[in-house]
Amino acid sequence: MASVRTARLLTGSEAVANAMRQIDPDVVPIYPITPQTPIIERFTRFVADGETSTEIVNVESEHSAMSAAVGSALAGARTMTATSSQGLALMVEVIYIAAGMRAPIVMAVGNRALSAPINIHGDHSDGYLARDSGAIQLFAENAQEAYDLMVMAPRIAEHPDVLLPVLVGQDGFTITHSAEPVELLPDEAVRAFVGEYRIPAPLLDLSAPRSQGMFAMPDYYFELRHQIAAAMERAREVIEEVAAEYEELSGRRLSALEEYRLEDAERALVCMGSTAGTVKDVVDELRAEGERVGLLEVRSFRPLPIERIRAACSGCSEVAVLDRADTPGGVGALHAECAAILCGSRARVRGHVYGLGGRDLSPAEIRAVFAGAAPRYVGLRSAS
Amino acid sequence: MAGLRPWEELPIGGAVEPDPALRPRTGGWRTGLRPQVDLDGCVNCLLCWVYCPDSAIRVVDGAFAGFDLDLCKGCEICAAVCPAETIAMVADDG
Ligand code: SF4
Ligand code: SF4
Repeated sequence: MASVRTARLLTGSEAVANAMRQIDPDVVPIYPITPQTPIIERFTRFVADGETSTEIVNVESEHSAMSAAVGSALAGARTMTATSSQGLALMVEVIYIAAGMRAPIVMAVGNRALSAPINIHGDHSDGYLARDSGAIQLFAENAQEAYDLMVMAPRIAEHPDVLLPVLVGQDGFTITHSAEPVELLPDEAVRAFVGEYRIPAPLLDLSAPRSQGMFAMPDYYFELRHQIAAAMERAREVIEEVAAEYEELSGRRLSALEEYRLEDAERALVCMGSTAGTVKDVVDELRAEGERVGLLEVRSFRPLPIERIRAACSGCSEVAVLDRADTPGGVGALHAECAAILCGSRARVRGHVYGLGGRDLSPAEIRAVFAGAAPRYVGLRSAS
Repeated sequence: MAGLRPWEELPIGGAVEPDPALRPRTGGWRTGLRPQVDLDGCVNCLLCWVYCPDSAIRVVDGAFAGFDLDLCKGCEICAAVCPAETIAMVADDG
């Protein structure tokens, strides 16, 4: 554990930019977009001031940013980038390629609603769009967690059992633009923690030339794509290993799942991102009133900690799942997955969609969710 | 699908090591034209080698050494990029 602990007042963007400065990636191909822009503004200032040796690649779009990132990461350079919303949507095509080619790119995401209508505020629609790409996807609760997860991310992405892109999400504006006390680790500690970038087959290793980005027909596509699913399964363990090692360094444990006052809970709420902070306060209030309620905060959306969700909810009779993105014509993604995971348990699983386009979720609404009195779309103005 | 390898045995990300025994003969698809060089004009800049999409330019001891017709698909790129204009495309009779 760090002996001297000093917190600085930082936004989530500044916290993540500092993590990037300490990691000192070799290459950062980047294109600005709100609310990610302050991350890269701050980081490029560090680069201009000579605090990192990073090569910034100014590209003409996020599609190009992710394409350059794939080439760079596979060439043998530690590569990071950042984006939001439409930018992430534009990247998605290439994120599938990054995952398939096993490029361990680390990306900060300022999660933001998708157009139309155009909106710059936070929800998880962009992250959900990348859900099945094969990228690991983590969600921070606050600026401190955004920093912590960003420091952990290269270790997870580059682990020889994983080799997948990692997206570190923080809610747009709620986290990216809100200043709060953040503890940074010493620069040398971060550098030692992340270590050297090593991948099994760097393109620039001329002693062992390989063809990458191969064509695969029906006889091999299924098997090659299945490597991602297998790597995701192994990533569950790697995330916990890295979290344990990071806890030794920082005193903070960032597990794939956080169980908050769930021990004897009758009713549980499941959510991701900054909302978990508000829910924790409401859980404390309800507990003080004698209600047996708890929170299940999902920090790793991909891989989803399936077995741990099942175990954590085993004693609950009611589980309410909050999705901060809609699935028109279907069932909310996290809701559907929790319902599948808890199928056969005694828990009755309900789903709610909330907070689209940065709409706040109030403590009163969270109480209504716990009480089973909230509509499916929480906070939606409706004439009926 | 007998004889095909299971997913556990495939290289990570499908990165494939070249196997000389399986060297492809892309020249079999040639367009009907093939490049011909007038070596007197060649300034040995190797731009044709850089641009050829099929590794069909032979280089020996750092010098341009003709075309590998087992690989050349007759795309005409070498003729287009040659700054000495010393590559011509001719009818491919073989
Ligand atoms: S014609 Fe095309 S394939 Fe043939 S040598 Fe020239 S560039 Fe290469
Ligand atoms: S591009 Fe032309 S001049 Fe240059 S090496 Fe090739 S044939 Fe010779």
